[in-house]
Amino acid sequence: MSTLSERILGAAAGEYVDRKVDRAYAHDGTGVLALEAWKKMGGDRLGKETEYYLQFDHIAPANNSTTATLQHELRDFAHMTSMHFSDIGCGICHQLMSEGVVLPGEIVVGADSHSVTPGAFGAFATGVGATDMAGIWLTGETWFRVPESVGVNLTGKLSGAAEAKDLALNYVGRLGMDGATYQALEFIGEGAHHLSIDERLVLSNLSMEAGAKAGLFYADDVTVRYLKERGHAVLSQEPEDCSYRSEIDIDLADIVPLVAVPPRVDTVKPVDDLAGLSLDQVFVGTCTNGRYFDLARFARLVKGRKVAVRTIVVPASEEILKKAIRTGVLADLVEAGCTLGTPGCGPCLGYHMGVLGEGEVCLSTANRNFKNRMGVGGEIYLGSVATAAASALAGEITSPEAA
Amino acid sequence: MQGKGTAVCLPADIDTDVIIAGRYLRTKDRSIWATHVFEDLDPTLAARLKGAVIVAGRNFGCGSSREQAAIALREAGVVAVIAPSFARIFFRNAINLGLPLIESDLTCTEGSTVAFDISEGWVETDGKRHTIRPLSPRMQEILMAGGLVEYWRAHR
Repeated sequence: MSTLSERILGAAAGEYVDRKVDRAYAHDGTGVLALEAWKKMGGDRLGKETEYYLQFDHIAPANNSTTATLQHELRDFAHMTSMHFSDIGCGICHQLMSEGVVLPGEIVVGADSHSVTPGAFGAFATGVGATDMAGIWLTGETWFRVPESVGVNLTGKLSGAAEAKDLALNYVGRLGMDGATYQALEFIGEGAHHLSIDERLVLSNLSMEAGAKAGLFYADDVTVRYLKERGHAVLSQEPEDCSYRSEIDIDLADIVPLVAVPPRVDTVKPVDDLAGLSLDQVFVGTCTNGRYFDLARFARLVKGRKVAVRTIVVPASEEILKKAIRTGVLADLVEAGCTLGTPGCGPCLGYHMGVLGEGEVCLSTANRNFKNRMGVGGEIYLGSVATAAASALAGEITSPEAA
Repeated sequence: MQGKGTAVCLPADIDTDVIIAGRYLRTKDRSIWATHVFEDLDPTLAARLKGAVIVAGRNFGCGSSREQAAIALREAGVVAVIAPSFARIFFRNAINLGLPLIESDLTCTEGSTVAFDISEGWVETDGKRHTIRPLSPRMQEILMAGGLVEYWRAHR
């Protein structure tokens, strides 16, 4: 009897295996060093039988001529090798892989730490660095240590203003930043079936912040329906009795709005404890909370009012942007005083836009609040979309339940 | 693989944003990363890394997959990093670049001499020898080759 990771990798926890990678992806950040390493390895064509993707999301569009030149080289490489290429404006790599690309049971590797995100589809999805990606470009394979797994047993349903993000911050706070290092998280229990794909992607995404190698859901009816709408006929995955290294139980009904206090994602407190903290910026977006569901929720909460602090909203993909245009969500955001960015990672990593100044404080829906990440001397509090909306309207950290 | 260096002590949960900040990533000039390594933690640290063995707390290298973190340490002259545990992507990155990582629970004395032999599986400091958690055979092969680029150049 096996965990889902053991089943997909075809070996028991603790074993080392070489496996063909079904889908491999990189972005404009990691792609540069990967290309350099691949050339040094003697690469001239891509490994067979693997689908390769390159997505420009980290600095999109380019902010200066150095970045533009690096992106130019990468773009040429993508065209030369005929890999799937998504230029600036298409969206965040993890989101693009989640819009009907990654399928249950696949082995997926991305050159970015949040490549755990498509684990929401019942795939074994994990992150590597640039040189590992170069090796995969070369051979289509890589080595894995089959991870032990932590069972995250979910019961009940989210209630009140609580979101999947609050649930994710809850388990990261409980496990700690390295609580799942070298291990995979498996989200199990009847509570998992109540979560939409958008919500599952949030939970899989944050598994990285507990140090996990992967964060998996078993494909169920929700997964099958989502992928059917995108042209794929897939089967659900039935869990087997298996042994988890440890288990944690979470009743979704107990989840309340939470905030992660800088500089650690595992310093998690109820929003109420920080109520009144003055803000300079609110950011809604990223591979954690930049999906249509999030934008529509934020728009609904701020519609007809004005934000009291500068608020940047960045859709995670072009598909999301188009839908937000069609449904009027984008107009509501702009009317409420929000500033919009090109689909991509936006200000999350402090490279090129929405950077914080010395002493400034941001409430962000992203997944990291490390020291100086969004700008030297800036502080990042992480929270849900509803917390971001209530806080944007008040100009200070505000519980969505108080609004 | 053997080595020796001067201990530089660091706390637990050192993330890759702190090793090399995002604002320095957009270049291929490796000397920039070596110059600005650990800038947001301690601006004087970069100058003390030549010949250093970093002895850190658990979960070293957590966060972003940026390989520039491991490159910055290597280019700054770090001989090896010792910690009770490493974040897994940083672990792979460092070995792929030929930077030795050693999993061991060591008490750090700033400035003391630290010697190690990864093949024999020990690290020695303050006159005491400690065992280390061995690298997997594949990781040892990659490290001995000098990194993954050299490994694949030899194996294809």
